[in-house]
Amino acid sequence: MTDAVIQPTPASATPEGGHLLEVRDLHVEFRTNEGVARVINGVSYHLDAGETLAVLGESGSGKSVTAQAIMGILDSPPAHVRSGQILYQGRDLLALPEEQRRQVRGKEIAMIFQDALSALNPVFPVGWQIGETLRQREGMSRADARRRAIELMDLVKIPAAARRIGDYPHQFSGGMRQRVMIAMALALNPKVLIADEPTTALDVTVQAQIMDLLADLRRDLGMAMILITHDLGVVAGVADRIAVMYAGRIVEHADVRSLYRAPAHPYTKGLLESIPRLDVRGQELSTIKGLPPNLMAIPSGCPFHPRCPYVQKVCVDVVPHDLVLGDGRTSACHFAQEVRDDSAR
Amino acid sequence: MTAPASSTKVRGETILSVDNVVKHFPISQGVLFKKQVGAVKAVDGVSFELRRGETLGIVGESGCGKSTLARLLMRLETPTSGRATLEGRDLFKSSGSELRRLRRNMQMVMQDPYTSLNPRMTVGDIIGEPFEIHPDAAPKGSRRKRVQELLDVVGLNPEHINRYPHQFSGGQRQRIGIARALALRPEIIVCDEPVSALDVSIQAQVINLLEQLQDEFGLSYIFIAHDLSVVRHISDRVAVMYLGKIVEIGTEDEIYERATHPYTQALLSAVPVPDPEVRHERNIIRLTGDVPSPADPPSGCRFRTRCWKAQDICAREEPLTVSRAADPHPSACHFAEVRPAAA
Repeated sequence: MTDAVIQPTPASATPEGGHLLEVRDLHVEFRTNEGVARVINGVSYHLDAGETLAVLGESGSGKSVTAQAIMGILDSPPAHVRSGQILYQGRDLLALPEEQRRQVRGKEIAMIFQDALSALNPVFPVGWQIGETLRQREGMSRADARRRAIELMDLVKIPAAARRIGDYPHQFSGGMRQRVMIAMALALNPKVLIADEPTTALDVTVQAQIMDLLADLRRDLGMAMILITHDLGVVAGVADRIAVMYAGRIVEHADVRSLYRAPAHPYTKGLLESIPRLDVRGQELSTIKGLPPNLMAIPSGCPFHPRCPYVQKVCVDVVPHDLVLGDGRTSACHFAQEVRDDSAR
Repeated sequence: MTAPASSTKVRGETILSVDNVVKHFPISQGVLFKKQVGAVKAVDGVSFELRRGETLGIVGESGCGKSTLARLLMRLETPTSGRATLEGRDLFKSSGSELRRLRRNMQMVMQDPYTSLNPRMTVGDIIGEPFEIHPDAAPKGSRRKRVQELLDVVGLNPEHINRYPHQFSGGQRQRIGIARALALRPEIIVCDEPVSALDVSIQAQVINLLEQLQDEFGLSYIFIAHDLSVVRHISDRVAVMYLGKIVEIGTEDEIYERATHPYTQALLSAVPVPDPEVRHERNIIRLTGDVPSPADPPSGCRFRTRCWKAQDICAREEPLTVSRAADPHPSACHFAEVRPAAA
């Protein structure tokens, strides 16, 4: 933990100028038999009430591990939070005892997962699973929990909710299962919803339905949302801000329009150029050369330098700081200005 | 590496012709006396032609039968009925040495690079295994050299021939799968979702490799994927499948710019475009509901339950996949028309 003394703040109010949720300089490592994998290396981001932050990254970039650290559901061991703070309404969640953390989980911050089929319990009806939270945490009676579960299923637009409440997960289609998951997450009216790749396993037409539903719910219920995804297309439609992760760091952070118009980090630029687009038929796809880094041996200096077309001597030696480019935009690249100017051209 | 002898053959001629292929998986009930109570109509009358040197993209949502179709073409499943003509012979009727010879001409790249490679075999053994079955393809003494050539062709280090699959990343493993498919110098490669398990930055590398190999060896691809952007990028012609049938087939331009089937139009409009500026100008068609069960498809047009154009005729008559007045490419809709000002 850091040396700073954490001042307990009243749970109800967000301190002056503070954010609803803030991750500060988080470091997480996985201690395995083969060695120590440094999965999160100083991630900081924040979320304000009512906004949608997209966390974008490829497999192994640490986007899901950050979310699991916020929820307090990291498998530990092997995961180990080395340092950092996760402030929710000014309280450091990492410093709370497990019992208080449990009060935050679900009620304040809820999460939905990628694979709804494996996240749901196959041997209980969905209504029972949605109501479980309500019975356990709110002390509702079985009849009340059932009534509320039907309301929640209506809220996420599951047709004929009252009739389907006794059905088992396997009787639902992929899209409907994801809706059940969303209903479970909403049961305790959370203020923050973390959606970890909510549409990755779904077909495009169903994907569009779920993204619409999430956007509507976020607006109607006044939640803030963290959307974790690897799909640059999905992000473009719903997010206010984007944080791009690479090798356990946020390499670029910007509002959606500026980022797509002129990415200021070579990794973001490479990603945007390497996806085939439906509306632009190009010839050869440009690629990012090489492979994502091995987290047990992250390259020196800038972790992206072995794959970067802008690489110079300084990139090998010096870890780049977040360069502020105005409007709250940052890019962790020594040549951020240059990259942005190239992209805008 | 030498190009296959067949590269002298005319580009553009039909190399594989598939005619009314049907695959029904029986649903049976009962423990001792199994009796068939129905059938999952996974592929229900699919016809298309593949031309030499072209890429035919097949798109559709999960459960539309596109992977079953690939498995049928590889003879990994036996079709219920239908014909597929390769080199003038019926692929589904041939057996023994004739089938072995036909199979040599058609190879497959699988979706999941993690489970499609045997973890106990070295890369050299995996890529060289086809030579065990077809010993005349490479004489015993030259096999190792040939495998190293193949590794080089797909952009892997030939010195890694003795490594095991777990020592490679996902993208590299997919390259191993491609090298294995190339080993017998086939003319046709069936790619079943070859990039969907890969990260974006790696996906582009594999797509470029496939395109480069096609130019080099004059390959024909059947490229199956659910990602419409990837399919548009790589394909010359595209077939759209829904519930076991091809609903629309045409050139890449005909499908993506002048689609006439409502399902294709909805599918295209739902694809997220990575550009927030374009996004708000797009006119997105929202389909309601889910794909019906292939065990009990709707009568008439199979898409009618989710279609905004559906009329009485759609429930009564099944529309044929034929050219219609709206645009010369075949489309299976009674009310086929190009969507006005499609984004």
